[in-house]
Amino acid sequence: MEHSPDEYYVPDQSIWPIVGAIAMFLMLGGTGSALIDLQNSDSISLSSSIIMYSGMAILIFMLFGWFGNVVEESRRGAYSAQVDISFRYGMTWFIFSEVMFFLAFFGVLYYARTFSVPWLGGEGDKGIAHMLWPDFVATWPLLTPPDPELFMPIKEVIDPWHLPLINTILLVTSSFTVTFAHHALRHGERAKIKIWLAITLVFGIIFLGLQAEEYIEAYQHLDLTLNSGIYGATFFLLTGFHGLHVTIGSIILFILLIRVIKGHFTPDNHFGFEAGSWYWHFVDVVWLLLFVVVYVF
Amino acid sequence: MSEQTLTLDDHEHHEHGPAKGLLRWVFTTNHKDIGTLYLIFSLTMFFIGGMMAMVIRAELFQPGLQLVEPGFFNQMTTMHGLIMVFGAVMPGFVGLANWQIPLMVGAPDMALPRMNNWSFWILPFAFTMLLSTLFMDGGAPDFGWTFYAPLSTTYAPPSVTFFIFAIHMMGISSIMGAMNIIVTLFNMRAPGMSLMQMPMFAWSWLITAFLLVAVMPVLAAVVTMMLMDIHFATSFFSAAGGGDPVLFQHIFWFFGHPEVYIMILPAFGVVSQILPTFSRKPLFGYHSMVYALIAIAILSFVVWAHHMFTVGMPIGGQLFFMYSTMLIAVPTGVKIFNWVATMFKGSLSFETPMLFAVAFVVLFTIGGFSGIMLAIAPIDFQYQDTYFVVAHFHYVLVPGAVFGIVAGVYYWLPKWCGKMYDESLGKTHFWLSFIGLNLTFFPMHFVGLAGMPRRIPDYSLQFADFNMMASMGAFLFGASQLVFVYLVIKAIRTGEKAAQVPWESAEGLEWTLPTPLPYHTFTTPPVFESKL
Ligand code: HEM
Ligand SMILES: [Cu+2]
Repeated sequence: MEHSPDEYYVPDQSIWPIVGAIAMFLMLGGTGSALIDLQNSDSISLSSSIIMYSGMAILIFMLFGWFGNVVEESRRGAYSAQVDISFRYGMTWFIFSEVMFFLAFFGVLYYARTFSVPWLGGEGDKGIAHMLWPDFVATWPLLTPPDPELFMPIKEVIDPWHLPLINTILLVTSSFTVTFAHHALRHGERAKIKIWLAITLVFGIIFLGLQAEEYIEAYQHLDLTLNSGIYGATFFLLTGFHGLHVTIGSIILFILLIRVIKGHFTPDNHFGFEAGSWYWHFVDVVWLLLFVVVYVF
Repeated sequence: MSEQTLTLDDHEHHEHGPAKGLLRWVFTTNHKDIGTLYLIFSLTMFFIGGMMAMVIRAELFQPGLQLVEPGFFNQMTTMHGLIMVFGAVMPGFVGLANWQIPLMVGAPDMALPRMNNWSFWILPFAFTMLLSTLFMDGGAPDFGWTFYAPLSTTYAPPSVTFFIFAIHMMGISSIMGAMNIIVTLFNMRAPGMSLMQMPMFAWSWLITAFLLVAVMPVLAAVVTMMLMDIHFATSFFSAAGGGDPVLFQHIFWFFGHPEVYIMILPAFGVVSQILPTFSRKPLFGYHSMVYALIAIAILSFVVWAHHMFTVGMPIGGQLFFMYSTMLIAVPTGVKIFNWVATMFKGSLSFETPMLFAVAFVVLFTIGGFSGIMLAIAPIDFQYQDTYFVVAHFHYVLVPGAVFGIVAGVYYWLPKWCGKMYDESLGKTHFWLSFIGLNLTFFPMHFVGLAGMPRRIPDYSLQFADFNMMASMGAFLFGASQLVFVYLVIKAIRTGEKAAQVPWESAEGLEWTLPTPLPYHTFTTPPVFESKL
């Protein structure tokens, strides 16, 4: 089917969405039954893992197929300027939804620190809650949870001025390097794009490595775990979901790098690149907030 | 569905018809196909959720435990609520949006057609997962559609894990659907149509979609934390670890209150399209309608704790949430005033869509009033968790949201399938539904005021008469929906050919298109001339 370039591109039928829906169903269904397996015994049954992993595999297959389609259409010139704007709006609102997701988690941290922990310690409007655990002393970071039998006390929390500080420097710098890559792309300096993009990617991977290091330290030496009350819970929730996003962002950067190497993107048509860099900046901003409220204060 | 038999088969031609065979519905990127899928899905869920309501009302027909185990009763109330909210009402409105938004703003399709397909096809899988919990060990979720912790964490049946993942899937679907609508409305309007010239239905969906993108991630966040409390030994909702079960309620209602507006704003839009047509007058106060929508959306983020007056909140919090809630009644009142003013001195006629729309205005207002009663904190202490709350939200949801969807279907069906429905059957459907729902939900105000608690399978003797009335009304309402199904099938099969503009004085781009609609419309944007 021929489309005139100024006509809005409406793709024909596509197989990928249904493949994606099936993949999601298998992946989440399999994960669900794996979790229930673990509740009942110590191991995951074969059927749960088969379902879960096949779901993941199909999902990856789907992503390649779908994005492959989009890349092909874009390079063929099927997309008018108007389609490009649709993608931009779409990505913006997607990032907005991610912001709201993190906002809820930051809200939980705020609530724990301002309300629930002080109340349990006997302060404030609902201080009567203190009678539940009369020995409980409210502090932040909360090292000893109200019921230390159910939730294990923490020895010490992570020192913000070591690994987290290095990570902050890494991510902030990488926000700059990805922008340098973008500038290089706009000026058609393709060798520079590759270098800056590769540096960004390496920073992302080092970040993840240090984060893993920090988790090992937390579990093995500090007794800071998911099970150590609201401090551990919010700590791992926020850093964990952020880490997941850095992982996704790094995969995106990696794919962008491959596409640059393959000669994709032109100085004035490279929305995929921009979307990836927006995502990276978003991940960076979340980290800055996280560094301040989770680690420092 | 009657297969269209377009034989324009050449590949160079833009106006090609749908692909052949059933797989067309699976792979389609066409907004009309996807709209149809959403509507059929919504209707199916409406009947499945409806069956559960029938079980509830059958058990409550008489005092005492008759038919089902209390545990199963709890599963029924929970699943009924979840299915109606996420399976019937929300997809119903998305179906209307898919069909109508491109037609009303002059766009060739939704902005991101492949993603549109994905948004839909996630849903059948999500609901398969949710419904399958009925057959699992320990039964389906039984903690109410609001799934308060710790009922939904510490004391939940194992199937809660699947419930959580089903919610995740529904959330992903809604977020993508909403993004698509926002992008379409921002980027695909016909040249010359400014935002302030969009049809009211488009405006209502723009605001709704914004609410969806803002709060569905919060729902995802809260179920994620539940999952962690259940499986990874965290203590978000457990005071023993420094968390708080009340925190669950705060996050849930931060999602939940905007969610109730998500279920009503598109109905506002539909009614704002229908009333002017059958009053033969333009909509009264277009601008104030838009501003009222925006005000409602903003306020809906700061009223959530009116659901929590009795859990124990500092007095300052009680006052804040009481006044902010009452404030929402102001823009809502503006809308009701404008609808009435639209009809005032109009030359009214009462075809089926108009009947549903007028009933909407009247009955939704009743629900609004009971809402204001509930918003008054000291009074809510008496009403919380009684049937009065059940009466309130069913008045806003059944003659509100559901009538909105049904009215929209009657109004646009002639355009969609090119055939007229049977008007007298439509009127029958309306009157049976109208009588049935009032018989069901009006008595609930009385038993609620007298103290009958909600979500309990048994009740004390003095509530017996009103409950029997409510049950009979519910059976009538349920049965009369079969009339609707029959009517739609009959219209598609043997209906008379509809005129291009089936309603005298209907305005809007959708009516400039031929009937029956070609498979692709507005491939070149139409010229939009403002009437304002
Ligand atoms: C003037 C507008 C409204 C006001 C002032 C209002 C106020 C309230 C209040 C205070 C409650 C809490 C009652 C309690 O649990 O004690 C409530 C419950 C509820 N409202 Fe409204 N409301 C309004 C409109 C709506 C609309 C438009 C919808 C949906 C379309 C809606 C749906 C609900 C639902 C579903 C509940 C019950 C939730 C539950 O506990 O299961 N309300 N409303
Ligand atoms: Cu509310």
